[in-house]
Amino acid sequence: MKKDIILAGVGGQGILTIAAILGNAAISRGWYLKQAEVHGMSQRGGDVQSHLRLSEKPIWSDLIPLGQADMILSVEPLEALRYLPYLSNDGWIITNKTPFKNISNYPDIEAIYKEITSYEKHVLIDGDEIAKEINSPRSMNVVILGAAIDKIGFSQQEIEEAIRTTFAAKGDKIVEANILALQAGMKAK
Amino acid sequence: METLMLLGDEALAQGALDAGISGFYAYPGTPSTEIVEYAQVSKQAKDNNVHTNWSSNEKTAMESAIGMSYAGKRAMVTMKHVGLNVSADPFMNSAFTGANGGLIVTVADDPSMHSSQNEQDSRFYGKFAMIPILEPSNQQECYDMAFWGFELSEKYRVPVLLRLTTRLSHSRSGVKRRNPLPQNSLNKPDDLFQFMLLPAIARKKYKHLIALQEKFVEESVKSPYNIFDLDGKDNSLGIICTGLAYNYLREVYKGEPVPYPVIKISQYPLPRKQITQLYDMCESILVLEEGMPLVEELITGLKHKGAKPVKGRLDGTVDRDGELNPNKVARALGLKDTYGKDLPEVMVPRPPALCMGCPHTDSFKALTMALEPYGRGHVFSDIGCYTLGFMPPHNAINSCVDMGASITMAKGAADAGLFPSVAVIGDSTFNHSGMTGLADCVYENTNVVIVILDNRTTGMTGGQDYTVFGKLEEICKGLGVHPDHIRTFVPLPKNYDEMVKIYQEEIAYEGVSVIIPVRECVQTLKKKNKKEAAK
Repeated sequence: MKKDIILAGVGGQGILTIAAILGNAAISRGWYLKQAEVHGMSQRGGDVQSHLRLSEKPIWSDLIPLGQADMILSVEPLEALRYLPYLSNDGWIITNKTPFKNISNYPDIEAIYKEITSYEKHVLIDGDEIAKEINSPRSMNVVILGAAIDKIGFSQQEIEEAIRTTFAAKGDKIVEANILALQAGMKAK
Repeated sequence: METLMLLGDEALAQGALDAGISGFYAYPGTPSTEIVEYAQVSKQAKDNNVHTNWSSNEKTAMESAIGMSYAGKRAMVTMKHVGLNVSADPFMNSAFTGANGGLIVTVADDPSMHSSQNEQDSRFYGKFAMIPILEPSNQQECYDMAFWGFELSEKYRVPVLLRLTTRLSHSRSGVKRRNPLPQNSLNKPDDLFQFMLLPAIARKKYKHLIALQEKFVEESVKSPYNIFDLDGKDNSLGIICTGLAYNYLREVYKGEPVPYPVIKISQYPLPRKQITQLYDMCESILVLEEGMPLVEELITGLKHKGAKPVKGRLDGTVDRDGELNPNKVARALGLKDTYGKDLPEVMVPRPPALCMGCPHTDSFKALTMALEPYGRGHVFSDIGCYTLGFMPPHNAINSCVDMGASITMAKGAADAGLFPSVAVIGDSTFNHSGMTGLADCVYENTNVVIVILDNRTTGMTGGQDYTVFGKLEEICKGLGVHPDHIRTFVPLPKNYDEMVKIYQEEIAYEGVSVIIPVRECVQTLKKKNKKEAAK
């Protein structure tokens, strides 16, 4: 089995944390992993993406070929659409609803939602709102991950374990907040 | 040994640490920065007293690494591709001096210019300097080639160029560690003429370097990092891949055997024996390389009568510019390409921008106001976050060429009669290459206004410190700028009127003015506050 996931967002929104959690879950299974990240200039408020490839078999390319991603997992709705050329015919779009408006010509948000919902396989949830509801506004990224894990094929237990590994150095409080965020995301659909 | 999840950059750093390195030298530059950053937080590096501090620029870094090699220890200098232009002088000459302790020059190229002002292929520099080049294709090879590079360097007493590209530098995968080696002991060169490039000695050195060339080729012929998969194949096409390109080839065949003979190159000079064999046995050749068509040009040669078709970037089979990807490789092979959906009409670009609250925004706003009477086109700038001052709504700068060019271009334009002639440079960039340009201006009392945006860090690469931190005013005074015309302010909206006035006064002053807006980068401040809060 393999999973090719495009993680999308704006610099600073925490997509690399999602990648780290999924990466740790894959490693626990003994899977192979490649993850291409964006560093440097683009991180300054520009669009950022990460190609995350998880597979039972060795992986060759660090980049996912166009048209072959199993999922676009985005923490920002406009950014979810930016990587459509990568999405396979039966791929999922899973995205946060709250726009990040740092450009003056940000498009009409309803037009963006319309585009996203035109895909049968989509999940559109308000990750920012859900994260606020559970008193953990910084965990929006993990809420969005929660909405995706069954489509990726990981169990709740596996991801919770991976969250513990990923945030171990930051203490129990942060670990628990992120596990709550994961569970809230799983319920949100 | 354990398996680590590492970026290509980090794998190389860990490999160098395990291979007994004594010193890393570098100036930050995307996509190379994470090599030294990894070493800077490594307990192993600290415990073993490995040098990891930043250098003032790539030239000082290169020279320090050569010095460490002179002393018999293993050293690595790391930089982005344009950094090799800065350090080209010591680099080229290091091929003549050779190495004593193992010396690896690591250069990370940025094809497609994700975070760079040009696209260039450092393999040409390696060829130019006539030294072995290593080009790892994955994270494990990044790790292993640190060992290999040092061995090769010490075996032939020659520096080795190790070339990375963005996609490997910034991609993470599992890396198996080996048992760490101890560092070399301090050991001066046996031959005390070795690093003495006086013409009479240098001529001998050059003959020696030339004599080594065949040996380097032999090393490539038997290198475990070059793959020769030639037998039992469809000989209508032979494929030569370099570095990362090999992964894309294997990807498009889904990891199944490639039907054509394939050579994968990760060590140069080219293994002539197998390349000739491939050329002779195949009807045509396809070259897949990340970067410029170096191998392709060598093989295409004169295109004499009867020459076999060579396909690649030169004949348009592969795009001439930009980085490779699996889709480009699939198309080059005439295989079915895949594509998702076109971008919807609603899509707009989201270019990088100065952060909310960035001090540069305030500095630019006041500068643009002060320059309004003169029209646009008076501001030379430089390489850093503030280059984003070009973008709307700032529209504040008119040039970005290379590190330090703001000051010297402003000088040249002022010499030509442009008034006002303004340079805008960051504190770390001034550290890197600004001081000599300022000295030129002071020498002739050129009528320029030099703005040194002091955000207390090297911002664009993620907030590294730099060598002359906190000494900018003293340096300008020391270089001879009149103290009355070294002005500072805190770039904040509440100081706007004062800022405009200072700019206006210094534009009016005939001679060298330096204005230093001082306010910490919001990103490093945020990190610092977070750390404080965690305590």
